[in-house]
Amino acid sequence: MTLPPALSHAIVAFIVLNALLVLVAYVTLLERKFAARMQSRIGPYYVGRPHGWLQPIADALKLMMKEDIVPTASDRWVYNLAPLVFLVPCLLIFATIPFAPELGVADLNIGVLFFLAVSSLEIVGLFMGGWGSNNKYALLSAMRAVNQIISYDLPFIFAALVPVLLAGSMQMSAIVTAQQGLWFVAYPVIGQLAFVAFLVATLAAENRVPFDILEAESELVAGFRVEYSGMKFALIQLGEYAHMLGTSFLGALLFLGGWLGPGPAWLGPFWFLAKAILVFLVVTWVRWSFVRIRVDQILGISWKLLLPATLLLLMATGFVVALRGAGGA
Amino acid sequence: MPDTLTKQVVEVGYGGNERLMMNMGPQHPSSHGVFRMILTLEGETVVAVDAVIGYLHRCHEKLGETLTYVQYPSIASKTDYVAAMTSELAYVSAVETIAKVEVPKRAQYLRVIAAELQRIASHCLWLGTWCLDMGGALGGGATVFLYCIREREMVLDRFEELTGARLLYGFHQIGGTRYDLPPGWDTKVRETVDFIEARLDEYEAMLEENTFFRVRTQGVGVISRELAQAVGVSGPLIRGSGVSYDVRRAEPYSSYGDFDFVVPVETAGDCYARYRVRMVEFRQSIRIVRQALDGLPEGPISSRPGVKSVGQVRVPKGEGYARVEGARGEVGCYIVSDGGPKAYRMKWRGASFSNLAVLPHIVPGHKVADVVAIMGSVDPVFGEVDR
Repeated sequence: MTLPPALSHAIVAFIVLNALLVLVAYVTLLERKFAARMQSRIGPYYVGRPHGWLQPIADALKLMMKEDIVPTASDRWVYNLAPLVFLVPCLLIFATIPFAPELGVADLNIGVLFFLAVSSLEIVGLFMGGWGSNNKYALLSAMRAVNQIISYDLPFIFAALVPVLLAGSMQMSAIVTAQQGLWFVAYPVIGQLAFVAFLVATLAAENRVPFDILEAESELVAGFRVEYSGMKFALIQLGEYAHMLGTSFLGALLFLGGWLGPGPAWLGPFWFLAKAILVFLVVTWVRWSFVRIRVDQILGISWKLLLPATLLLLMATGFVVALRGAGGA
Repeated sequence: MPDTLTKQVVEVGYGGNERLMMNMGPQHPSSHGVFRMILTLEGETVVAVDAVIGYLHRCHEKLGETLTYVQYPSIASKTDYVAAMTSELAYVSAVETIAKVEVPKRAQYLRVIAAELQRIASHCLWLGTWCLDMGGALGGGATVFLYCIREREMVLDRFEELTGARLLYGFHQIGGTRYDLPPGWDTKVRETVDFIEARLDEYEAMLEENTFFRVRTQGVGVISRELAQAVGVSGPLIRGSGVSYDVRRAEPYSSYGDFDFVVPVETAGDCYARYRVRMVEFRQSIRIVRQALDGLPEGPISSRPGVKSVGQVRVPKGEGYARVEGARGEVGCYIVSDGGPKAYRMKWRGASFSNLAVLPHIVPGHKVADVVAIMGSVDPVFGEVDR
């Protein structure tokens, strides 16, 4: 018996989506434990021994039971839609990520392009939330968000294009296959620079400290989500962490060889997950040790430093690939 | 009723953009208590700031006139609850000035130890909350904050052993101190300050070698020397603006003349300069604590016999002012006595109050994010501002 392709795709998507949601929930626990160790604390502990393993579930239940507040002065349609508009692209980015050869929702031949395009869409939800809340903090935060994401999408894309050039394909599985001999992070000079640029741009694209000016709880209280409560707040949080996890997967795939690793083939997805978690932890490590920088400084770093640097890097990669092609052929 | 005269609106070049009035406080994560700033923004730039205080007013000066000299020192600590020893000391010193009470040498040294430990504890909280303002509760700022709180807790543990209280002590009394050192306390204090001294190097490495910290603090919120003197700021603020002024040095009280310490001065006047001043003060306080513990004389801890009722301490007719160098600056207390068991009139000079007055002069022209950095570097405690 064979299922119609549409149905089988739907089933796979359903499984991946649910697995992801659980993973995202536990990534929050991981971050909390990690941050706690950095700050000489213990972190979640009592909700589910050992080490608070039930904490994410307790949090989700709590958020579901919270009152859903819609400010009277808000633009109701925009306000209510924003969390969904924010969440959908954040989950959609996983569509093209193969977790192992042949294990993924859709291994498009323009996978990287799809990822980059869809992940930029989250700004629409962000801005809707900030605008629809009709709150001055939220509005300022939404303005900052647009500034920041537009500024950092370009370096992010350029850094992500370096492995694409090296592999000569936009298909995620082809990029991994191209790393059989040498992971791109180990590619002389270009690989390391691109990886660092990718991490910095990732921090900014994910709105993490030191680039979390749109959340900025000491200035803008909670930024664009200051008015959200209950499940809508949970959806926004979920979207943020999903986006973060997705970008970590992308980093692991583009630079750290995806599912490649010693051992039998079935270990592949676990290698991939471990690498993605490693990228995630590096980002978390930066988050919990830096202070936030100012909006004008953030824009300055992007336009004056990161953008020209990644552009040059991309050009250099192009030369390297062209020379390699000329020499090899 | 808005009073137009008290509004401080400083114009900086108006680009013809739309302005946004934003309310920061009285309930705001970085308001350090209950302080309300009405900011006028052009985009992200602050063009005017209107400061509103008074949300924590508790009639302290009136309380000082209704409570007796025995009762009030423990209430005095509630003016600046982050550095409670300071205001107690200012109050009892003012009363001692009027009554011409001699304070035994041992009590003077104990007061110095308490005051300097208090300065360490207060600066710990300042550093933590300031980094929290800049780094966020979900970021690197929280890391520094938790480290600082750990050190502050150690000092508070020592205070608990000394007085039985962790926040509001009631350690001072007219004529001396209320408690003598418990056995073994000095060793513990030495261990505590050794620990904190080692940690300070860690903080400096963590913050000063961090480019993001430097770009957030250097050149931000510059108080010029002239402005500092005109507004009347004191403490780390005036020392960060190039004025070497410290009450402990200018007018030594409670045997401060016996100790060897440096008054740090920075000339830049920005947030970073104030940070440097406080970091040096940390170390100088540790130095003073060690010297005081080494040279602690034997003898009585109070020149006044114990009293059975709160009205028994009477002070002759007269008036007196005493000032001490608190963690935030000069804390003064003015008392008029009519010869009874209570002050006839009492007036506080809060360091935070005068320091806060500089905000409308330095905030306009900065970005919103700088407002919280400047605010944190001023280190106000609203118990002391509103009293």
